[in-house]
Amino acid sequence: MSTLGLAGRSRPRRRLVASPGAWVTWGAVAFFLVGLLGVIGSVLVNSFGTRWFGGWFPEGFTTNWYADAWQQFGLADLILVTVEVSVAVVALSLVIGVPAAYVLARRDFPGKRLVYLAFLLPILMPPITYGIPLATVLYKFGFAGNLSGVILANLVPSVPFVILTMTPFIEQIDPAIERAARMCGAGMRAVFLRILTPLLVPGILAAAILVLVRTVGMFELTFLTAGPDSQTLIVALFYSMSAAGIRAQQSVDAMAVLYMAMMLVLLVIAMRFVNPTQLVARVKEEPEP
Amino acid sequence: MAAPVVSPPEAGQDGPQRRTDPGLRHRLAERGIDSHLLLLVPAIVFIIGLFVYPFLYGLGLSFQPQQGGSPFADYQRFFSDPYQRDTIWKTLGLAIPAALLNVLASVPIAYRMRGRFRGKRLLMIVLVVPITLGTVLTAEGLLNFLGPAGWFNRTLISLGLADEPVQLINNYWGVFFSLIITGFPFAFLLISSYLSGIDPSLERAAATLGAGWWDRFRHITFPLLMPGLATTFCLTFVLAFSVFPSAILVGNPAGETRVISIAAYQAAYEQYDYPMASTIAMIMGAVELLVIALVLLWRSRFYTGATGGKG
Repeated sequence: MSTLGLAGRSRPRRRLVASPGAWVTWGAVAFFLVGLLGVIGSVLVNSFGTRWFGGWFPEGFTTNWYADAWQQFGLADLILVTVEVSVAVVALSLVIGVPAAYVLARRDFPGKRLVYLAFLLPILMPPITYGIPLATVLYKFGFAGNLSGVILANLVPSVPFVILTMTPFIEQIDPAIERAARMCGAGMRAVFLRILTPLLVPGILAAAILVLVRTVGMFELTFLTAGPDSQTLIVALFYSMSAAGIRAQQSVDAMAVLYMAMMLVLLVIAMRFVNPTQLVARVKEEPEP
Repeated sequence: MAAPVVSPPEAGQDGPQRRTDPGLRHRLAERGIDSHLLLLVPAIVFIIGLFVYPFLYGLGLSFQPQQGGSPFADYQRFFSDPYQRDTIWKTLGLAIPAALLNVLASVPIAYRMRGRFRGKRLLMIVLVVPITLGTVLTAEGLLNFLGPAGWFNRTLISLGLADEPVQLINNYWGVFFSLIITGFPFAFLLISSYLSGIDPSLERAAATLGAGWWDRFRHITFPLLMPGLATTFCLTFVLAFSVFPSAILVGNPAGETRVISIAAYQAAYEQYDYPMASTIAMIMGAVELLVIALVLLWRSRFYTGATGGKG
């Protein structure tokens, strides 16, 4: 141990792996992963099982529950609705949020604090808090109960989330670059489209991914505003779970697995284009010593 | 901080002239008002229409009790009924420990995963997977996994660590675990992005001056990370505070995990008492904003600005 300690002092960066702190950290990660595996695995195994009353595994395996779930829950429609809602929310929240984030990060103007607070509040409030009054208002104007109501409700936390995610990215861009572009005669549009947007691509991707994941997984607001034809997958899953006993448990699990598979595909695609550790800035990777 | 706009005396002269008057435009621009602010217009229209107006509408509704009486009758009803009042403590008792654990566990893990090593990308993707689960799916998995006949209890019994199944679902712990599973990856992703925004050469500079890893973390990385930590805590706290589906599905929604959102939901969609539902929603918002305000107040004492990352 003492040699390790000495070596650690002379070359701390290389010896991190051996320190007790590392063992604790990796132990925590391993514990979390085992728990995660258990949670996912038990849903997965149950969705393929015939009967499971005790013992480590079900008595037999079948894929019938998937066909069952597909028909009974109308999964094709649910998936279509989910995709429509999330694409619309991501696109709209980026279009509204990115320019606003730029102004808020760079400019100082009268009333800025008030505006900033107004954008922070929806993200700092529980969805149920504003979801109940929002649903009441949307019903009053006839938006709730259909797709447009679900999209509008989901935009409320998404736009501020884009602004919050984008602000550090914008703060890291040197304002001198924009000033130089202005000196060369670029207007606001050109600065935004040709200077800022390319530099902000990592930030925009990060914001889009986070908003996408939040929207597909957003239960409360969709739950409060959706009608029978505008339920997303997660809301339908909740209804079928809370009505336990009507549907076979395995068939609910099959639906859960399909939801999970859809999200995993999304995530893997996203991860091919953006490295989660480099979300805030394109940091220099540490050179090998 | 921002001074109100005082229109200069010549502003009211003649209309067509005013547009081209360089003096006024210049003066407004000095106060920070110019055409750039138009970029903010769509966002402001959106936030007023979809957030401020509905919120004020709900606030107004909460002062118009269905049964009549004084404007504060619904608030009195909430606070005088222990069954309703205690939901506040139940919610805080779940949300604060869960959010703290998520943030504090994410810091060392994210800190350790900054460097390069084999399989990092895979590990990151696996850690991020639980975000895709969502609370509802997590609840389903926890019911199977931690239930009396689930794998977890089976393992405990066969290892001799327990004689009979440990009750981990349909109570506090079921909800707590669901908050960890969905909240931790979220906190982790945010914190590692904040960490990667800190220029590593700052730390290397400290290392050349003889600082050990603890000193580097304590005096360089941690202060720069602090604003990010506060933001992350707020976001995970919001997620945990608004716990709703898992409190119903893996918790004990009539007893120890009857959180405040369940009370609001029941008032609105089971008793159709919208003023009472709005009242509970407003109380919920006020309690939560109080916690957030304390954290942000504390955050404002730290340095914010460029962290040296290369944009």
